[in-house]
Order: sequence, then C-alpha cells, then structure tokens
Amino acid sequence: MTENEAGIYVTIVSEQGERDVANARIMDDDLWLPVDALPEALGWTLKPEGLCREAVCIPLPRGHEDSYAANGFVNASAFWRLTDRCATRSAAGDIWVFGANARERAGALLSLEAPDFTLPDLSGRMHSLSDYRGRKIYLVTWASW
Amino acid sequence: MWQALHQKLNDKGLTVITVAMDSDPEAARPFIEAAQPVHPSLIDRDHLIAGLFNLVNVPQAIWIDEDGKIVRPPETAGVAEEFRHGLDRKTGAMAPEAAARNEKIRSVYVGAIADWIAQGPASRHVLDPTHARDRVRLPDTDIEEAHVHFRLAQALLRRGRSDEAVTPIETARALHPDSWTIWRQTAAKNERGLATHDAFFARVDAAPAGGVYAPVDMDGMPE
Repeated sequence: MTENEAGIYVTIVSEQGERDVANARIMDDDLWLPVDALPEALGWTLKPEGLCREAVCIPLPRGHEDSYAANGFVNASAFWRLTDRCATRSAAGDIWVFGANARERAGALLSLEAPDFTLPDLSGRMHSLSDYRGRKIYLVTWASW
Repeated sequence: MWQALHQKLNDKGLTVITVAMDSDPEAARPFIEAAQPVHPSLIDRDHLIAGLFNLVNVPQAIWIDEDGKIVRPPETAGVAEEFRHGLDRKTGAMAPEAAARNEKIRSVYVGAIADWIAQGPASRHVLDPTHARDRVRLPDTDIEEAHVHFRLAQALLRRGRSDEAVTPIETARALHPDSWTIWRQTAAKNERGLATHDAFFARVDAAPAGGVYAPVDMDGMPE
C-alpha cells in the first residue's frame, strides 16, 4: 500500500445497502477503503483492538497488520476473506459486493431469533421486522414473475 | 388472500407482512395497488430476505411470535405441486382434481394460521424449538456466494449494464441450483411478465418431487 496511488470511486454493496465511496484504491485485486468510509460502507470500524462491529472485535493477524490496515486505509477484501465472508466485484472493478458468512447465517437461523431486516414499501417508507415486535408476524413472500 | 387474513385477525394479534421479491418495484406495483393492502407490503429488490432466511421460492412463509422467535421456519406457504401434472400448459387451465387438492391444501394451511392466532403457543401448529430447528434448511458457502453474485447482477442491471450482468447471473444460478427465486427473477419474461416459458417447464420437469414447492409438513394436510 503506497500513498501515491490515485484514488477511485467505487460502489460498495453490503448489508448496509449501496454506498459510493471516494478515494478507494485497488491493489493486487484487493479493495482498500479509507478508514473513515468503512463504518458507513460496511458497518465495521477500525479500532486499536482490530476491526469492530457492535460488540464484536476481530483482531488483525499478528505480524500481518499492514496487510489489513495501513496509511489510513483498510483492505476490505482481505478482511472479508479473513472472516470467511463472501464477496465479488464487477469486471470493471467499480462495484464491489460484500456478503455474509454462511456459518454465521446458519447459526442465526438455528437460534430461531428471526433475523431483522429493513425494506421499503411502494411509497418508499421503510419498515423493519422489529417494528412489529409484540405482534404475531406472518411473513410471506411473493413475486410478480 | 393475505390481505383478508390480516383484516380478519389483525385485532387478535396478527400482522401479515408480505414481501415482493421483485428487482423492479414497478413490476410489483399493479398487484399491490389492486390489493390496496393495509398490512406492510414490502419490496425486496435484491432478495435480501432470501439470504437471511435461506429461501428458494415464492411463496414461502415464516411464523414469528411476539418475542421475535421463529415458531415455524421457512416453508411453502400453502401451495402444492399440482400444476406439475394438473396444468394444461397450452391453455393454463388446471384439471379439476388438481385444483380441488390445491384448494384443500390452501384451506388447511390458512386454517392453521387462524389456529395459531387463536391458541398461541398451545396451537398444534407451533413447533417447539427442537422441531423448529430440525426443519431449518441451513445455507452453505455456495449459497452465500450465489447471493453475492445475484446482488452484483442486480446492481449492474440497475445501471443498464446488462451485458456485464450475464456472468454473475450464470454464476449465481450455478452455485444455487435449488433457488427458483434467482432463476425466475433472472429469466426472460413473457408478455404478462411471467417466467413461464419452455425453459421454465423444462426446469420444472427436471426437478425431483418437492423440488419446486416442498410439501407443507403440517397436521391435517391431505395425503
């Protein structure tokens, strides 16, 4: 990670939604994001103890910290690999999708705690499953196709 | 149908939440406007809940109690595979016996929801945690990879980059062959907006029994 690389705009797609991030860098096919952009784009924050989300902190591998965080940037791709999360990118390198870890998803389902989500209705108003706590919820899917 | 259920049982504690798994909200709009729902009627362009709940087709449903606990994990929402043998693929008409069996399954299923609302945890349709866990289909890494490629394809399609979406669509389909939501969302549609052309029926014919709509495992269902 050198400081004289020109930054680029990328679109990050994650459970946070879609976010455009300026000043990103692609190095050896990995995406480095400015530390400041990380919380909004991916939901993770760089702290002295590692990369953190809510109460969870994942320490960076000892002796390899520079492969994950350097000069105000975080190697988001490497962190995703480290934590067995799925990711992919457009061939052009301008859209990066950061997905889930299958074991975490499976564990969440086995807890029988309904995973929360927030989705819009036709008018654009957002609804979260958790808004309806205290009710019996019948959650059902359909599609036009 | 869900609208009627919501209105009938809303003051008994039920909230129906419908989620349209439609990458284009405009495709869902006419159906929603015709139904004029008073329940939350949501649009999931990227099929996020397919990832969260490991869903493979529509309609699937999850029963969630007042504490946010799943008391019936994702299952087929009261439909059956009668169309595989009972549908005239030219006219779209269902054979009477097939239609009758569909209706029976639907009515048992809707009756079970009403029983849950009336009896709460005492309903025989509420699964205890052990049985509920046994029924959860667990996602693996291929499935998560499929969702990531599907989301990339959707992001590209929204930007008009359909040529670039071809590869992620093919990858998503190959990684998650059990998913009808991925396949049908990304399949060519006919003039009525339906992915029910020859390729669809070829896929249906190749699927094992229960591979389109897994049978609802519920007390009172017909044999």
